[in-house]
Amino acid sequence: MAEHFPLGLILLFPAIGVVFNLFVGQRAGRTTVGIVGAGVIGAAFVVGAVAFGRLLGLPTGGALTSTLWPWIEAGAFKVDVALRFDALTAVMVLVVSGVGMLIHIYSSGYMAEDGDYARFFTYMNLFVLSMLTLVLADNLLLMFVGWEGVGLCSYLLIAFWYTNPEYAYNGRKAFIVNRVGDAAFILGILTTVWVGATHGLWTLNFVELRQHIAWFGPATATMICVLLFIGATGKSAQIPLYIWLPDAMVGPTPVSALIHAATMVTAGVYMVARLNFLYLLSPDAMELVATVGTITCIFAATIAITQPDIKRVLAYSTISQLGYMFLAVGVGAFSAGIFHLMTHAFFKSLLFLCAGSVIHGMGGEQDMNKMGGLASKMPITCTTMWIATLAIAAVPPFAGFFSKDMILSGAYTSGHFGLWLLGLITAGFTGLYMFRLMFMTFHGESRVEPERAHHLHESPPVMTLPLMALALLCVIGGWVQLPEGWLWGGSFSRFLSGSVGIFKPALEASDLGLSILSLAVSLTGALIAYIFYIRYPGLPTYLAWRAKAIYQLLLEKYYIDQIYDALVSRPLFFIAQYVLFKGLDYYTIDGLVNGTGTTVEASGDAVRRFETGNVQHYALIYLIGAVGIAAFYLYLVMR
Amino acid sequence: MPGGLTLNHFLVLSLIVFALGLFCVMSRRNAIGILMGVELILNSANINYLAFALFGGGRYDGQVFSLFVIMLAAAEAVVGLAIVLAIYQDLRTIDVDATETLNG
Amino acid sequence: MTNTFSLAAITFDWRPIVPLLIVALGAIIVLLAGVKVDDRESEGLGWLSLLTIAIAFCTALAIPGNQQISFGGALVADGYTAFFYLTILFAAAIIVLMSLDYVAEEGLPGGEYYSLVLFATAGMMLMAAAGDLIIVFIGLETMSISVYILAGLARTSPRSNEASLKYFLLGAFSTGFLLYGIALIYGATGTIKLHALSTLATGVPAPMLLIGVGMLLIGFGFKIAAVPFHMWTPDVYEGAPTSITAFMAVGVKLAAFAAFVRVFLVHLLGVQTDWSMVLWVLAVLTMTTGNIVALMQTNLKRMLAYSAIAHAGYILVAMTAGTSIAGAAVLYYLLGYAFTNLGAFAVIIALSRRGHPHELISDLRGLGTREPALAAAMAIMLFSLTGIPPLAGFVGKFSVFSAALNQGYVALVVIAVVNSVVSAYYYLRPVVAMYTDEGGAEVVALSSRPALIAAIAIAVIATIAIGVYPQPYMNASTSAFASALSKPPLATTASLRP
Repeated sequence: MAEHFPLGLILLFPAIGVVFNLFVGQRAGRTTVGIVGAGVIGAAFVVGAVAFGRLLGLPTGGALTSTLWPWIEAGAFKVDVALRFDALTAVMVLVVSGVGMLIHIYSSGYMAEDGDYARFFTYMNLFVLSMLTLVLADNLLLMFVGWEGVGLCSYLLIAFWYTNPEYAYNGRKAFIVNRVGDAAFILGILTTVWVGATHGLWTLNFVELRQHIAWFGPATATMICVLLFIGATGKSAQIPLYIWLPDAMVGPTPVSALIHAATMVTAGVYMVARLNFLYLLSPDAMELVATVGTITCIFAATIAITQPDIKRVLAYSTISQLGYMFLAVGVGAFSAGIFHLMTHAFFKSLLFLCAGSVIHGMGGEQDMNKMGGLASKMPITCTTMWIATLAIAAVPPFAGFFSKDMILSGAYTSGHFGLWLLGLITAGFTGLYMFRLMFMTFHGESRVEPERAHHLHESPPVMTLPLMALALLCVIGGWVQLPEGWLWGGSFSRFLSGSVGIFKPALEASDLGLSILSLAVSLTGALIAYIFYIRYPGLPTYLAWRAKAIYQLLLEKYYIDQIYDALVSRPLFFIAQYVLFKGLDYYTIDGLVNGTGTTVEASGDAVRRFETGNVQHYALIYLIGAVGIAAFYLYLVMR
Repeated sequence: MPGGLTLNHFLVLSLIVFALGLFCVMSRRNAIGILMGVELILNSANINYLAFALFGGGRYDGQVFSLFVIMLAAAEAVVGLAIVLAIYQDLRTIDVDATETLNG
Repeated sequence: MTNTFSLAAITFDWRPIVPLLIVALGAIIVLLAGVKVDDRESEGLGWLSLLTIAIAFCTALAIPGNQQISFGGALVADGYTAFFYLTILFAAAIIVLMSLDYVAEEGLPGGEYYSLVLFATAGMMLMAAAGDLIIVFIGLETMSISVYILAGLARTSPRSNEASLKYFLLGAFSTGFLLYGIALIYGATGTIKLHALSTLATGVPAPMLLIGVGMLLIGFGFKIAAVPFHMWTPDVYEGAPTSITAFMAVGVKLAAFAAFVRVFLVHLLGVQTDWSMVLWVLAVLTMTTGNIVALMQTNLKRMLAYSAIAHAGYILVAMTAGTSIAGAAVLYYLLGYAFTNLGAFAVIIALSRRGHPHELISDLRGLGTREPALAAAMAIMLFSLTGIPPLAGFVGKFSVFSAALNQGYVALVVIAVVNSVVSAYYYLRPVVAMYTDEGGAEVVALSSRPALIAAIAIAVIATIAIGVYPQPYMNASTSAFASALSKPPLATTASLRP
């Protein structure tokens, strides 16, 4: 079933791009950098497509494999740098390289005037390389290589315009938050190794883990799954580690589209789907995934409603949509989650690229209060963005309709009525914030500042062509998975079944009824947006004034950043600064020194540090350690 | 054994010397004073080596070690004094309280 | 008292000592040659040292992988010795490479500098090859005394002198503990031969043996900078000339761990339950203190000192486990650690120019745009120290943690992982400064310092290679540790004892 295929080529091309742009990029012309940068991703896409073709020729559950070299071999522990291309990977590779290529093309226009053109493409290619490593890895450890790599690129690209200190700060924030998640992730990996080791097989290979799934009891499975999921909440911006994603929007817009919407942030969903066999062992972990996903989903959607910054609306929308995906995989509808991952990659990257096009045309303005009536000036951007909006608002026959429908029906038929209801309500919010965005940007009165108005322009073809391609995908992308019984109904989940199994509903429900219901809710949201922003434009201000508390709460994003600051960051720095530095040595050391009657005088220095610089203090601490060890041994002897 | 001394006598002596050395290191502010304390500690170990060699059936390995230790302690003292001299040239004092510029 | 001393009872296997003798001889030659050489033109002495190291390296390759006892058990020739010989010599070579321009520019006395580096290297090698505790002690002293002087070699710099004095006083103090511990072990077991110890020190140990082991632990703890015996580290690392800081952070640590691991993980396994708990506590203290205090540092060398403390903590995590997997993991970790730190310090040297050390994190600002290659090298080193895959630091941490986890030290591993997350914060600060800030120190044109470039390049390549394709190094670590564990052929274990 496993056939050999030179999968290394998929990674080789982006790697060539990285090396080229890093070393030659500065000297090569912009055109060359752009062509190489986008071309290598295109080449990876072509290889991926060929591999996909080969995969289709294999029976369900087949895979292409390629072992590049043995990586870690210590005693019985063995991990290879090996790639595996099964149905799940195929979807991911095609999405990452396909959407990635379009965004690279777009970037060559968007970044045309930036001084650091080559650096930008180096990071972007490195990102795609890492992301492809993540999805192609045949074991957890190599996956972690990609996992860390994408985080690193994300950080580098957020801080790309580092001359702004706030941007640099946001980059760091993303990195640190992700490291917190990664700690849990690596603990999860280590636990997995440990479980295998107790049975004499040290492995992290997905196929082998699946074969030996019997080793994992419910408790260990829960522990591993929860640890890995905490890692996923960092990477995929779920509660409680989502706080970095909105701030990540300060990076160049194509970065937001590729990394912070279409691909990297979906890594957590991919991970859960990849380890579905493990998650299925632990109903508790599954519940956790589904619940966290759903709460994030509705939580972020409510914030999105009030944000004035066009990219921030989309950022919270991304968090919300990722919540949907976790809801799906959490209730066991893995193929629905992956399906939404794919359609989301299409429409969300399109939304971001369109937003980028707007920002580009507006000369850098992101505040929607200063937009309005742009439709006539930017027809292509407007049209394509409407298509994406209809897709995300789940209007048939656009892509999002099929995938969101599949998720909600999965939640309902698996018996999670509460989560289903929240998901349904969120669909309404989605309609509301997306239509609000569209109305505020493209329609109604123009609020554009006069000095910006005259050079308002549609973007060049190198930017609009990718928009059109993505718009096409937003229309037809969902058709790969029509509801069961329609034409080629269910073909996508059948294709994926070899990797993630088949979703088994716990109860029967009328698919058509559920679909109509969710569509109605979405359209209600859209209608409210219409009333608020087109029909009675004064209404939002009035409401914001009447329900000031709620509005403020939403506008300030539930004050989560402030809470984190007060609860986590400040205490840590307080401890480091005062307890360890001043308190410990000022009181402990001096106290001890004086108490033991030595000649060291208490210094009057206002700021004394732990490391006083005095040799005898050092010797004293040494002695305390020595006495401690001696005391311990005396205790052992006496016992 | 000579004078009715037992191994324990030597061990206690060594321990006393060791403790004196420690006290010297902790209480002297003069770098050379600290160095002398260190020498006491090294010599307390030497007492142990010799005592163990003597009471362990007259082995000579313990004696050999003590010779090594004496030799290395001498080398160490030479280097130490040179360093102290360099400090003195810098600061005109060999008080260790004066060498606190590196801290934190 | 009618013992007869018979030379014939001792087997002289010269193989383990040849590389060492070459290094020592080279040191003497360099010292003599140095008399005639002006301090500003000391590169020639550096090349001579490099040649010495290269010859020693070649002869070290001839050491057999299976265990041979020589000099009556004083020295051991096995894969473990060879592993550390080669690593230490390689590290010393890189140190010399990065010193070539630096020493001449700073006007350090070349003859003394290079000969002391070689003498210290010889001491380190002796520690790695030691077959009894007194040789460990002699090696340690040879190394330490040389390094005390090296730390204060910038005689015009008060900070260098201060570092030297602190290192010397505390080092000598600590030596006392080590020596006293050896004496107690000798008294309790009647031997200081490591092989004899592994059979004698088993079961429920005598109190004297226990205290001896504890004091030995303290002595090693000082050299590897384990908390609370670490206090000297930041001051000395900051004050010493940068190339010597690198030498201390890498060479001294390699040698100290070589002896520490051989004594505890190979020969004191019989009383493992009695020391593993202490190591557990030391590991936690060391990691945590190192990482937390590093958060507040503004000086790069000082930050790397705390980072070195934290890394010693990670290694102690594996040593706590005490298995052969753990031993191999430690060796592998040390390899990656050595190259990563050498590279980081080499970059700091590249930043400096005469009279302007440029060792603050703020001096790195804007390096990413002014010297992309140098900044990239530094970033790779820092990422490796953070433990970001696929660099050497990641694979090392992974092996170390999984070795501890395999022995069931769950809490310890959790603490270690949390620590490595905290560490990300301060490792990131220099990266942030390099890439997202402007206005740091100007760098002397790198092209005028080819040897330094070579040193950095070797370190970068090694850091990447050890992480991406770790197989050969893992095999080397595993077989090296296995050969230390194996029993020596009986016929050659004659000793001085009548």
